[in-house]
Amino acid sequence: MRKRVSAKTKVLGENDRVAAELRSRFAKRKTLVLNLISAPGAGKTSLLEESLERFPSELRTAVLTGDIETDNDAARIARSGTPVKQITTRGSCHLNAQMVGRGLEKLGARDIDILFIENVGNLVCPASFDLGETSKIVVLSVTEGDDKPLKYPATFVKSRLVVINKIDLLPYVEFDLARAHENAKRVHPDIDILETSCKTGDGIETWIRWVVERLKAVRS
Amino acid sequence: MHEMTIAQSLINAVRAHAKRRQGERIVAVGLRLGELSGVDAEALKFGFDSLIKGTDLDPLELQIEHAPHRHRCPTCDREFDVIDYDVSCPQCGTSQTESISGDEIEIIYLEVED
Ligand SMILES: Nc1nc2c(ncn2[C@@H]2O[C@H](COP(=O)(O)OP(=O)(O)OP(=O)(O)O)[C@@H](O)[C@H]2O)c(=O)[nH]1
Ligand SMILES: [Mg+2]
Ligand SMILES: [Zn+2]
Repeated sequence: MRKRVSAKTKVLGENDRVAAELRSRFAKRKTLVLNLISAPGAGKTSLLEESLERFPSELRTAVLTGDIETDNDAARIARSGTPVKQITTRGSCHLNAQMVGRGLEKLGARDIDILFIENVGNLVCPASFDLGETSKIVVLSVTEGDDKPLKYPATFVKSRLVVINKIDLLPYVEFDLARAHENAKRVHPDIDILETSCKTGDGIETWIRWVVERLKAVRS
Repeated sequence: MHEMTIAQSLINAVRAHAKRRQGERIVAVGLRLGELSGVDAEALKFGFDSLIKGTDLDPLELQIEHAPHRHRCPTCDREFDVIDYDVSCPQCGTSQTESISGDEIEIIYLEVED
């Protein structure tokens, strides 16, 4: 006889469990954890390279970078003197909470005020995996199109901030800044929006201030 | 894509259920997939079918139920579907509402034969 039985089970329950553990560990130590998500090449590593050395020197920053195969991003970030560990995902298009746990072990027992997690370049998959972060941040570059928030609403709905990067290229591309703001606010009315250029340095100070404000919120 | 990872996690969860249901055979699994889960149903079904094929679980049907993005209004307690990204409360108009569902990837039921 065929019958239907109730069987409520979260498919990513194991990831969620590990993420919850990480989150409570971060909360106890008052660490701000930011999960950076973007399409490949939007400028996640550049944003970190441009800003890490400019955070107030008493703040201890650290970075975990996810990459499918290489460790290029970690090498670039290491030049800023910030502790950084690479998480190679071996083919996987996103980081999961277990990988972040292992990455933290590799960083060693150090006190961290701000941990940046650079997710794998992908605008879809990372949105499904909680890493125990304080907030997700989505980086959108102006070479991608101002309709990205409508095409990938899940990532924008779950992000606290969108960084519109490569604004130095605005004169050369068809990207309507006002429409990008409108689209981001449409899918997520509370989302914060910053505009940056890692080439000219425009907006980098504002980005640093935004992060430091978030840290204050975590500490209060 | 990550649908393969999710298909694998789904199969692991089904196996855990199968262990607890000795003497029964699981013939279908009902999954709720939220609009904001970031998971493509087609790709998930494809991954699921290809991972199941030829294993002891074969044949096992995946039945997907789509779950809308829902918000709740803290002012008047109204719960509503978010249509076309409009998160403002249909009752009192406030835009300060909170997400209550829409990102689930969750098994709801199994169909079993004894
Ligand atoms: N013109 C311009 N180029 C930029 C800017 N930011 C980054 N780039 C360039 O864009 C390319 C990709 O930048 P990355 O920082 O590696 O991007 P990413 O998001 O870390 O890339 P993945 O980790 O591969 O997903 C590099 O060639 C950067 O020099 C910018 O603000 N303006
Ligand atoms: Mg990078
Ligand atoms: Zn209301």
